[in-house]
Amino acid sequence: MTDTLTSTGAAPSAPARPKRKIDVNALLVEGRALVALVVIIVVFALLSDNYLRPENLILMTRHVAMNAVLAIGMLLVILNGGIDLSVGSTVGLSGVVAGYLLRGYDMPFTALIAYPPVWVVIIISLAVGAFVGLINGLLVSRLKIAPFIATLGMLYVARGVALLITNGETFTALRGSETLGNTGFLTVLASSPLGIPFPIWVMVAFALVFSLLLTRTAFGRWLYATGGNERAAELSGVPVQKVKVWIYVLAGFCAGAVGLLLTADLPAATPRGGELYELNAIAAVVIGGAALSGGRGTIRGTIIGAFVIGFLVDGLVIVGVSTFWQQVIKGAVIIIAVGIDQVQQMISKRNAVKRAHVPSSAPAAPAGTPA
Amino acid sequence: MNDEEGAAPQHRADPSSESAADLAHDPAEDPAEDPGEVVLRAVDISKTYGVTKALKHVDFEVRAGKVTVLFGENGAGKSTLMKILSGVEQPSGGHLELRGEPVDIESTNDAVDLGISIIHQELNLAPNLSVRDNIFMGRELTSRSGAVDRRREDEITRELMQRLEEDIAPSTPVGDLRLGQQQLVEIARALAADARILIMDEPTSALSHSEVEVLFKVMDDLTADGVAIVYISHHLEEAIEVADHAVVFRDGELVAQRSARGLEMDWVVHTMVGRSAEYDFRDQPREFGDVALSIQDVRVVDPTAGGRLAVDGVSIDVRAGEVVCLYGLMGAGRTELMEALCGREPIASGHVTLHGDDVAAFGIGERIDRGMGLVPEDRQRDGLVQMMSVGSNMSLASLLASVKRLFVSPKDERAGIDRQIEDVRVKTAGRGAPITSLSGGNQQKVVIGKMLLTDPSVLLLDEPTRGIDVGAKGEIFSLLFREARKGLAVLYVTSEVGEALTASHRIVVMAKGRVVREFDARTATREEVMSASEGSTETADTADATPLIGATP
Repeated sequence: MTDTLTSTGAAPSAPARPKRKIDVNALLVEGRALVALVVIIVVFALLSDNYLRPENLILMTRHVAMNAVLAIGMLLVILNGGIDLSVGSTVGLSGVVAGYLLRGYDMPFTALIAYPPVWVVIIISLAVGAFVGLINGLLVSRLKIAPFIATLGMLYVARGVALLITNGETFTALRGSETLGNTGFLTVLASSPLGIPFPIWVMVAFALVFSLLLTRTAFGRWLYATGGNERAAELSGVPVQKVKVWIYVLAGFCAGAVGLLLTADLPAATPRGGELYELNAIAAVVIGGAALSGGRGTIRGTIIGAFVIGFLVDGLVIVGVSTFWQQVIKGAVIIIAVGIDQVQQMISKRNAVKRAHVPSSAPAAPAGTPA
Repeated sequence: MNDEEGAAPQHRADPSSESAADLAHDPAEDPAEDPGEVVLRAVDISKTYGVTKALKHVDFEVRAGKVTVLFGENGAGKSTLMKILSGVEQPSGGHLELRGEPVDIESTNDAVDLGISIIHQELNLAPNLSVRDNIFMGRELTSRSGAVDRRREDEITRELMQRLEEDIAPSTPVGDLRLGQQQLVEIARALAADARILIMDEPTSALSHSEVEVLFKVMDDLTADGVAIVYISHHLEEAIEVADHAVVFRDGELVAQRSARGLEMDWVVHTMVGRSAEYDFRDQPREFGDVALSIQDVRVVDPTAGGRLAVDGVSIDVRAGEVVCLYGLMGAGRTELMEALCGREPIASGHVTLHGDDVAAFGIGERIDRGMGLVPEDRQRDGLVQMMSVGSNMSLASLLASVKRLFVSPKDERAGIDRQIEDVRVKTAGRGAPITSLSGGNQQKVVIGKMLLTDPSVLLLDEPTRGIDVGAKGEIFSLLFREARKGLAVLYVTSEVGEALTASHRIVVMAKGRVVREFDARTATREEVMSASEGSTETADTADATPLIGATP
C-alpha cells in the first residue's frame, strides 16, 4: 500500500532510510511465504521424480487456482478486519445454480422449460455469489453483526439452499445440446487455451484486476484505511459502510466464479461442492502475510500463500503420506508461517521502541569519528 | 503573586535540596503545621515518549495524612507522573523511594502490593460485571476451598457503598449505573484495596455536587487515618478546598510547591499558565467575511449516558476569516458538539448551517466535500491510520480529487502531498515514511494537512495542541491564522486558557453543555475566562455577556 508512494523526490534533507526499511519489512513478510514455497518444492522434488514434471506443475497450479481466486476475495474482507466463512457454501450454491439452469429451468405456472444460453447461466451464477456477499455485507455494515457470526450463519443458509435446489442430488447434465443452444459451458470453462487450463487464466486475470483495485484505485486505499483505523477513515470522509458492503459482494463474486470453475472441473454440480474451502482461503491469505486485524496484506502474498498450501497438499499426496498426516502437516505449516510473522513483528516493534529511547545523535558518533 | 512565581525556579535550581528545606523557604509556610512524613518520593524522574518529553527531572513527594494536589494544564505531566507512581508506566530516568527505600514499581500489581492505589481519569470498569465483581477484580476474596467468597465480598461492598452514601446493591451490573455512580465504584475499588497511598486522577469529573461533598468527607477520614492522598482535578475551586499541599506542573516540570494555607485561585492559575505563550495572535487582522458556520440552538445527546444532553442549546456563529476558540472544562460538551458538527453524532435538535445550507442531511464525507471537516481530539484513535505512510495519511480525505478514469493518479496525489508537507511544515523523511516515525506535533500537522488538502472553508479542531510541545503549538496556530487570513473559518476547542487568550479572535466558554459567556480575546483576562468555565457563577455572568447569536467583531 505504501510502496507506490515511496519512490522519488522525498524531502531533500531526508536520508532514504525509512523508505528502505518499509521495503525490507514487506519483503520479509512476503519472503517468508516464498521461502516456504521454495522449501516445499525442493523437498518434494527430492522425494518424487514426478513432482517437477510440467504436467504435474500445471495440474497442481490448476488446483491452486481455485483456492487463489477464493483467497483474493477473502483478502479483501480480511484487509477490512472482517472474515467471510460463507464463501465455501457460496461456491456450492453458485455451482448448483449453474447446473440447475443448464439442465433446464421449469418455469412456474407454465408447462415451459427454459434453457438459458451459457453466458446467461454464468452471469446468473456469479450474481448469486455476489448476492450472498451482499447479504453478508448488509448484515455486517447495517445490523453491525460481527462478521464471524453473520458469515457463519450464511455458511449454513447458502449450503441449505443449495441442497434444497437439488434436493440433495448432483447434476451431471452440463453438456447442453445444440438444439437448445446452451452448449459451451464445459468446452469453455474446462478448456485449456495455450495448454494452460482455464482456471489458471481466471486466477491470473483476477490477480491482475484486484491488484489494480487495491493499489491504484481510491477504493483500494479506502479499504486499507478502514482496515487500519476505521474511525480515522470515517472522519476523513471515507464511506466506510459502503466499502464494507462492497468487499463482501466482491468476495461472494469470487466464490461464484470458483463455483463455476469447480462445476466445470468435476464436471458436476454438487450441493456439497466447496465444503471447507473457506478455511483454505483464510490459510492462504494469512500465510501470504495479511493481518487478521486488518489493514495489511497484498494480492501477491495471497497468491503465494495459495501456492504454498496447494503445492504442499498435492506433494503430500504424490509421495503417499497418509491423509491423517496430511492434515497434521498442513496445520503445522500454517501455524509456523504465521508464528514467524508474529515473532518478526515483535522484534521490529521492540527495535522501534529502543530506537525511540536512544537519542537520535547516537548512531552518528562512531561514523563521524574515524579511529 | 509574582514573588511566588519568581521563587519557583529556586526550587528547581537545587534539585538535591531536601523538601523540608524547600517548604521552609516558602513564605506561606506556617512552621507550626505538621508537614507530615514523606512516604513516597520521586527523585529526578523523567519520562519521554518518542521525542516528546512528558516529564523533565521531577522531584516530588507524597506525605502521610495529607492531600497533595497537583495543578497543571493538559499535557503538563501530572497524569504521566501518576502513572509512574502507580506502576502503569516506567520512568525513562530517575527513581522512586518508598519510606526512604528505593523501589521499582514495575506493574500496577507491584503498586497495590506496596499499598499504592490509583483512581484513573478514565474509568477502568467492566460494564458487564456487577459492582462487587468490579471492586474485587483481580484480588477476589477466596474461602478455604478456593472458591470466591461472594458473601464476604458483598458485605464489604455494602460497607463501601454506605461510606460513599450511595444506595447501590452489590449485584448491580456496572453498565446499568450512570456515569457518576460508576466513578464512585471506581473510587470504592481503590478504597477496598486499603491503600496507604491513594492517587486520584480527576475523580470528580462525573460527580454531582453532593457526591463530591461525600467524597471529600471520605478523604478526610482517610487522611485522619494517615493515608497519603494525591489529588488531581481541573475543578480548581474543589482542588483548593481539599488541598494540604499544592504542587504545580507546567510543560513537564514541577515549577512550584507550597503549603495550601492561604492558597488562592489567582496564584494557582498564574503559576499553572506561567509566562504567556511565545506566540500571540491577538493582533491578527479582523476582516471577517460572511457567516460561514452557523450553529443554532443545537442539542446533542450524550452517547455514553442515555438521555442526558451533552450539548444543551448552543448557538455560535463563525465568520470567514475568524478564529473562534471554544474553551471549557472536561465534560463541558465541547467534543460532543464538534462530533455532531462534523457528522459523526446526530443532532437532537437545532440547526447547523454551512454557508446558509442546513447540513442535517449530509454525512461526514459530504460535509467535507462542502468544506467542513474535523481534526479530532485523539490523534491516534481518530486521526491517523498507523499502518499507512505519511503520504497516504495526508491524501486520505482528498483522494477522489486525484482520481482520473478509475485510478488514482500517482502524480497528482504526490504533488498534493508534497505541497502540503511543505505547507504545514511536517518534518519527515518523506511522504513514504511510516506515520509512526513522526513526533506528536508532526503527526498532528499531518492530520491538519489532510483536512486542509480538502480545501475547506470551515475547519473544526478538537484540542489541536494536545500532547505536543510548545514550539509545534505556535507553528500550528500560525498555520491556522494564515489560513484564516485567506478566508478559512476556524472553530477550535482547547482546555488551555493561555491558548484561548493568545490564539483566537473570540473566546466562547462552555460549561455543562451550554455557552456561558463570550469574550473578545483582546480584552479577556485569564481569571475571567477560567471562572466562567466553572459555570458556578452562571447567572451573574450571563447578565453582562455579549449577545450569543450573531455576535459581530
